[in-house]
Amino acid sequence: MTETVGTETQAAERPRFEVGQQLPVRTFRVTRADLVRYAGASGDFNPIHWSERTARAVGLPGVIAHGMLTMALAGRAVTGWAGRPDAVRDFGVRFTRPVVVPDDDTGTEVEVAAVVKAVEDGQAVLELSATCQGQKVLAQARAVIQV
Amino acid sequence: MPLNRSYVGRQLPPTPPYQVGREKIREFATAIGADDPAYHDPAAAQALGYPDVIAPPTFAVIPTMAAAEQLRNDPELGLDYSRVVHGDERFQYTRPVVAGDELVCVVTVEEITERAGHEFLTTRTEISTPSGEPVVTVWNKLVVRGGATAGGEERA
Repeated sequence: MTETVGTETQAAERPRFEVGQQLPVRTFRVTRADLVRYAGASGDFNPIHWSERTARAVGLPGVIAHGMLTMALAGRAVTGWAGRPDAVRDFGVRFTRPVVVPDDDTGTEVEVAAVVKAVEDGQAVLELSATCQGQKVLAQARAVIQV
Repeated sequence: MPLNRSYVGRQLPPTPPYQVGREKIREFATAIGADDPAYHDPAAAQALGYPDVIAPPTFAVIPTMAAAEQLRNDPELGLDYSRVVHGDERFQYTRPVVAGDELVCVVTVEEITERAGHEFLTTRTEISTPSGEPVVTVWNKLVVRGGATAGGEERA
């Protein structure tokens, strides 16, 4: 899905939110190259995010994505739904299962969905869910956005 | 070695200011695939009322990780980082982080608990400008895995 572009368009197309509304599912592809790039950009060089040997040695099924990368992708979904890059007021998640990223060109996919739980005082509360290979990777995931 | 419970409530000294660079924000935004112009183009951010490019919501993890080094390297706390997995993360924003910001972090150990053989360490990091303007509060919960349990297992 294409990211929103153009601030004027965003202002004109500011979405409306209603309680119970399901927001369109966003799918993000994650490859090993993405993990390397995120490691460099974030400064998190934990080898479980790039070394198969280290990941397996600590009991993981393989190299896993940074939890904070998964959260960042969920954040992209949130700002996309909000229609503004600065809409997020509160954003919290629990990491439940690792996102395992195979060493191939296609990697894996993280799907992010949300339902609107409340709309009041110019803010909307979104309950998020994120899955990878059909398994829940985030829990208690919630964002409060300015609407 | 279990975590030192006497650290609960302890506040660490403020960190030296973290200088938020425009290129660092662009690099971070690119790494997470966030191509909104406000993360890359100062003019687009200015159109939204900010002096320079703004950072995506999870960018604030970068200064908090540096601030948490103090705990990681403190032998008195007893944090074995090889047994740590990331539990929870939360950001509560007063305003977005903007290029040019100087961010001072004050880390407080909020809670240390134990459940099912694992220990949980929750820190709260208040991030503000050197003049005291609040920007974002970050909560981070680490899970210190007990004994033989493998990493990344499911938690409720």
